[in-house]
Amino acid sequence: MTSQASVSTTVSPRPTVVIVGNPNVGKTSLFNRLTGQSARVGNYPGITVERLVGTLSSPVRGNGLAPEVVDIPGTYSLAARSPEEQIAIGAILGLFAHAKPDLVVFVVDAGQLVRNLYLALQLVELQVPLVIALNMVDEVTDDPPNAASVSELFRVPCIATNGRTGAGAQELKGAILDALDARPTGRAEVAYPPELKKDRDRVADALPKAWRSSVERDRALALWALSSVDEDDELSDIDPTLRQRCLDVRNDAVGRDLDQEIIVSRYAFLDAHERTLYQNPIARAQKERASERVDRFLLHPFFGFAFFILAMLLVFQALFSWSEPAISLIEQMVVLAQELAGKWLPEGFFRALLTEGVLGGVGNVIVFIPQIALLFLFIGLLEDSGYMARVAYLMDRIMKALGLHGRAFVPMLSGFACAVPAILATRTMERKRDRLLTMLVVPLMTCSARLPVYTLIVGALFPKTFGWFPVQAGLMVALYVFALVMTLFCAWVLGRTVVRGRRIPLILELPPYRLPQLPIVLKMVGQRSLSFLREAGGVILVCTIALWILLSFPRIPSTANVTNTANIADSAETLHAQENERAHLQLEQSYGGRLGKFLEPAIQPLGFDWKIGVGLIGAFAAREVFVSTLGLVYGIGDLDDEALPLRERIRNERNPSGGPRYTPLMGLSLLVFFALACQCMSTLAVVQRETQSWRWPAFMLAYMTALAYVASLLVYQGGRWIGFT
Amino acid sequence: MNLGEVHVGQAVTIQNVGGARGFRRRLMELGLIPGTSVQVVAVAPLGDPLKLRVRGCTLSIRRAEACSIDVSGVNGAAQPVAPAATMSAARLEVGIGV
Repeated sequence: MTSQASVSTTVSPRPTVVIVGNPNVGKTSLFNRLTGQSARVGNYPGITVERLVGTLSSPVRGNGLAPEVVDIPGTYSLAARSPEEQIAIGAILGLFAHAKPDLVVFVVDAGQLVRNLYLALQLVELQVPLVIALNMVDEVTDDPPNAASVSELFRVPCIATNGRTGAGAQELKGAILDALDARPTGRAEVAYPPELKKDRDRVADALPKAWRSSVERDRALALWALSSVDEDDELSDIDPTLRQRCLDVRNDAVGRDLDQEIIVSRYAFLDAHERTLYQNPIARAQKERASERVDRFLLHPFFGFAFFILAMLLVFQALFSWSEPAISLIEQMVVLAQELAGKWLPEGFFRALLTEGVLGGVGNVIVFIPQIALLFLFIGLLEDSGYMARVAYLMDRIMKALGLHGRAFVPMLSGFACAVPAILATRTMERKRDRLLTMLVVPLMTCSARLPVYTLIVGALFPKTFGWFPVQAGLMVALYVFALVMTLFCAWVLGRTVVRGRRIPLILELPPYRLPQLPIVLKMVGQRSLSFLREAGGVILVCTIALWILLSFPRIPSTANVTNTANIADSAETLHAQENERAHLQLEQSYGGRLGKFLEPAIQPLGFDWKIGVGLIGAFAAREVFVSTLGLVYGIGDLDDEALPLRERIRNERNPSGGPRYTPLMGLSLLVFFALACQCMSTLAVVQRETQSWRWPAFMLAYMTALAYVASLLVYQGGRWIGFT
Repeated sequence: MNLGEVHVGQAVTIQNVGGARGFRRRLMELGLIPGTSVQVVAVAPLGDPLKLRVRGCTLSIRRAEACSIDVSGVNGAAQPVAPAATMSAARLEVGIGV
């Protein structure tokens, strides 16, 4: 079943339990304790907010099915103004096309009881069947809260747990199964001001039929609507009558502050009962937490940044270098599989399709797994330890100036290795606008796939040194700096134009530091990698096959005499040369080759000929493919990265008047084009998957290509105007 | 007095939370309601955002938004200030002057 289907309103005989709680309360650990090996990562339809689903790992009672457990994104409140925030209320009540759950398990961080219980209070008011898990209660050493008292306050079951050690997990499973029968809904009498009660009832009268239930629930839902609906909220599927009523009530409440009335009343209830919740009801001293001491070092102006740079270097080094052996292994295995298939299958279209199209495409998909897995491993460790929030805290000033979210830093950095995992990593940001902006600019960072292209062009067309100046090395550094400047510039521009969003003030919780739980992090790494294969793999595969067809068809007759040297004694070398010549002719005759020639007038102003044009088309599979496509164009055959013969060919290629065809100026133009163009269908496929639309990948392709074209044009024509050739 | 003017290490009492509706609602939901005590624990090394301690939880908001939160009287003695925090606060004041 796809994630899409399981969120729809189909009635399932399997009871569903949703896990709700504030961020950073150990919800996911507890979820993993409850579901064992059955956890799966999916997505909510329309928005890339991860949805964790599993089945309760516990002996089933009677003849029913084991309950399905869904971990919904952490939230501080049910009140919402964005589609992301709207998930919580929808998933809890079964509104907005979510399935209606049979039970809510609310996870509380025992160290921050009152703030957590604010959300519990909303759940009790909404009359949802509820079980509370008082999590990490054993971490509160000085005066731990009492599960029995919490249970008494809300009149729902409350179990003391610790998701990290597994303590209380069995009891919680038992309580869940009990509660699925008994459906405890709890009770809490918050003393709202009389005027507010009138307002609430006016809104409740306007609730759509489908939303109505008991009087208590209607009232609670009315308070939700009153808190959430606004002139310019981004909520979807709110009944227009209800929306209008909320706005009317707000307008009529002259001189009053409805939001504050609601929130203050609830906190008054919680604060009044706070002392009853602790085992030793004495005034608790505000003890400095261990986290404060760690922060004093990790957020220090000098040591903090030193540690930050070290941590980020480690992430970068891992993506850039440590992934290399795994990537080459995958590439070798794909080649091996292609050779095997080549041996076993009869020659013909089917064999070519299978080896070059399908197996090549599969290789194009799984080759991303090492970097994706490593990046998610680091992100998991950073999030789990509490350091990711500190990254946002440290970098907020800089990132804000660029219009980016503080959490965009890690994806941006990952972009230096590969845009595909970097785009997946944008999920650490909650807001769609922040994710989108980061996604749109990340492919401009100099990814590792650009390196073979840069090496080829720089090596072929530029001298090693000019006097004492190391031209080649200097050029490589300049390309990195250029790409970074362009990325930040585009973020600045796009953030003010295309993805302009209201500036949302930062509210960042700095959770206590905790030791990351490696098994859970690793499990999530596996799940996320699988979900990439499932959801982005197909598109990349199809694109690879399409590109292969473009560059291999129509077939030239296999009997054609490709050169007039064919009758010369067929030593192995000439055979090889013939094969290369054939491949070259094939490419030239293909749709792609024709397209390259067709495009020549368009790319001539940049200094490119049709051969480069074909190379650019081939580079869509992945930028480094440019090198091998160009190899084919020149009839040199398959090349490794040390493309020496190709380098010679490029250097020696002549124009009609006898001068060198490719000049440093043209090389510079090509480098600039590669730095800026979106020459990567995998990136587009991942953006399609993350935004769930074709509009954004299309926009990305268009803006990056236009940018690359204009920049290359300026370089080439400007250079010629100055007097270079 | 507003929260943006509070010195690092000082604890104050919230009088009124201002700012855009979504922001102030979320802050109040996190427990920053009138009458709540809040302490400015530190300022980020680059001068923004602020690190606050409220109801036993550590939150961070930017100075611009902190300025929309009215607070009253420094209650209790200012806690000993971390050297790092003082340094960055001093640098921020210089930064504003420029």
